[in-house]
Amino acid sequence: MSTPALRVEDVSKMYRLGEVGTGSLSHDLNRAWARLRGRPDPFAKVGVVNDRTAEGSGNFVWALRDINFQVNEGDIVGIVGRNGAGKSTLLKLLSRVTAPTEGRIFVNGRIASLLEVGTGFHPDLTGRENIFLNGAILGMSKQEIRARFDEIVEFSGCAKYIDTPVKRYSSGMHVRLAFAVAAHLETDILIVDEVLAVGDAEFQQRCLGKMQDLSRSSRRTVLFVSHNMAAVRQLCPNSILMDQGTVVNRGETGRIIEQYMDSGIRNSKSRVIFSEKSATSQAKMTEASVYSGNSNTHAVRSTDQEINIVTKYEIRKPIRNKRLNISLFDALGNLLFTTSDFHESKKIEYRMGLYESLLTIPAHLLNTGKYKLTFCLDIPNELVLHLAEEALFFEISDFAFDQTGITLNAMGEITSPFGLIHPKLKWNVRGLI
Amino acid sequence: MSATPDNMRWTRVIEPQRGLLSVPLGEIWQYRDLLLLLVRRDFVALYKQTILGPIWFVIQPVLMMIVFTIVFGNIANISTDGMPHAVFYLAGITMWTFFAEAFTKTSETFITNAAIFGKVYFPRVIVPLSVVLSGLLKFAVQFTILLCFVAYFVATTEIVRPNWAVLLLPLLLLMMGVLGLSLGMIISAMTTKYRDLRFLMQFGVQLLMYATPIIYPVSSLPDAYRPFILANPITPIVETFRFAFIGRGDFDPMHLAYSGGVIVTLLIIATVIFNQIEKNFMDTV
Repeated sequence: MSTPALRVEDVSKMYRLGEVGTGSLSHDLNRAWARLRGRPDPFAKVGVVNDRTAEGSGNFVWALRDINFQVNEGDIVGIVGRNGAGKSTLLKLLSRVTAPTEGRIFVNGRIASLLEVGTGFHPDLTGRENIFLNGAILGMSKQEIRARFDEIVEFSGCAKYIDTPVKRYSSGMHVRLAFAVAAHLETDILIVDEVLAVGDAEFQQRCLGKMQDLSRSSRRTVLFVSHNMAAVRQLCPNSILMDQGTVVNRGETGRIIEQYMDSGIRNSKSRVIFSEKSATSQAKMTEASVYSGNSNTHAVRSTDQEINIVTKYEIRKPIRNKRLNISLFDALGNLLFTTSDFHESKKIEYRMGLYESLLTIPAHLLNTGKYKLTFCLDIPNELVLHLAEEALFFEISDFAFDQTGITLNAMGEITSPFGLIHPKLKWNVRGLI
Repeated sequence: MSATPDNMRWTRVIEPQRGLLSVPLGEIWQYRDLLLLLVRRDFVALYKQTILGPIWFVIQPVLMMIVFTIVFGNIANISTDGMPHAVFYLAGITMWTFFAEAFTKTSETFITNAAIFGKVYFPRVIVPLSVVLSGLLKFAVQFTILLCFVAYFVATTEIVRPNWAVLLLPLLLLMMGVLGLSLGMIISAMTTKYRDLRFLMQFGVQLLMYATPIIYPVSSLPDAYRPFILANPITPIVETFRFAFIGRGDFDPMHLAYSGGVIVTLLIIATVIFNQIEKNFMDTV
């Protein structure tokens, strides 16, 4: 039997929506009045489930609702879920940045979090000074930091710049240093949220390795939140899937990730059955669907996946020279490209019957974002047989980390690379002379 | 299966609320290194990339003293109780700066540190404490200047005479520090919700200075105003300080005790409010 390190019991967290800070005095007075009369909080009632697609009717939203789970000592647990599923809120509660509205969390041992990067770094101080400051903020004593100082510097790979103010550091060095400090913390439970977003592939591998080490050798517990499925799979044997502020499932990581991928379908329209309305007597598209490489139930999630688009259509009268066009628009309506199966089927005589055209968009071409597909079946320069505008849409939400070019904005959040597309291109760098 | 929370020992329980009056003394002790590093950071970061560096600590009060001497002493002709203008004003300014800094900087705790507080937990009260400690260091520097002036006037005049009351200095500093801390904590906790208070703060501190005998002695007050100025808990501290170091001032143990009472009350209120806000302020900032 293993000892539990962390236990979350019926935890809920409510947030107020809209412009915080206006009308709050009157709310507070109302609340106080209700409490005086022994009534329940008048504003708690209107809380709605955290569904961002539907506009909530109340001014309050449950970012977390009745969360229950337990993590044993030495476990590495991944937490996955779409944006807004409540992952970060959960971590904030665990790291005591904010308190739960209801419920209790039991913790065994010291807990330290690594929410985002470079916590508390002061730009004017040198790397050395910041290691001490950052370490102290994370709860280490001076002595502990001094004992590990060399290890930290070595791990970060910033030895050369250790006496330079960190404002002259690149964002990558910033994170390396921050992660190095946190990884060497004397702590029992480490909370990691998307820190791997920056730094090169080699450093990412080093971080993953370090976290694995931590849990194996010193029985430390790690909670790992990431959109990088590859990293979650590599690091965590078990995962928790969250959606709309609740724990949907928990179990073996492979299974959880599969479920997570499937759930993405809800956010997009990956299959459509065309109606008779816009069809003509000569031809009709029957259905179309979009799916990623491996399996036809998986929604497209990541930039490193192939995207397949299958269109089925019915030819009702013999046609020569039919053509299927597919246009891809981004969320803002920019046309990224139009493509057709024409060149491959030039002189084919189509008899009556059912046909299928498969289009494959290679991996590492599109950027993250939401996309819309328009279908058009026609005879070039002659006749439009069937037009379906914006019939399908899909979202690529996760940026594959094996590409470079990930950028951080001023707040330290990950942003998509600039540009409409983000193709994987070949670079060659060599020294001259 | 695993043990239930009831029959097993957990080192920490995170709950929606905690006791209103609890002060996490143990935790503050745990984080003492952070406290010292923050003080150090304040000093190092503040004057990095400035030419004069820490000399600014000295320039500030001396310039203020000169301006006060000219404006209030020579132009407005406000009484200084027969004391040399320079040393009278400098004594007031030194004490006042300590309070005002502790107060204003503490009051900005949550707003200016939102970024750190949003990511990591440590006892929030560490930040205001570090502010007051930095203030104390600054006070030490300015106090040294004051001592130089006092020494000069002791040597050249018959009226400036420090006395036994200098032994009260630690008590006075404690009172001043706790007062600034408490008021600042109250304001800081409230500004997280009601931002209006920040605007009030900006000129509130200025006004408060005029309600405190900094540029005038209590002894020169018209009787009508006297009770109001004496009701200000800072008044006895400043007066005692002056009495101790330059030998003239309105020293009364009862007044000082009254001050102490007010300060303790404010400290209790501050603790309650701060505890209330601390846990959830990240949601409202």
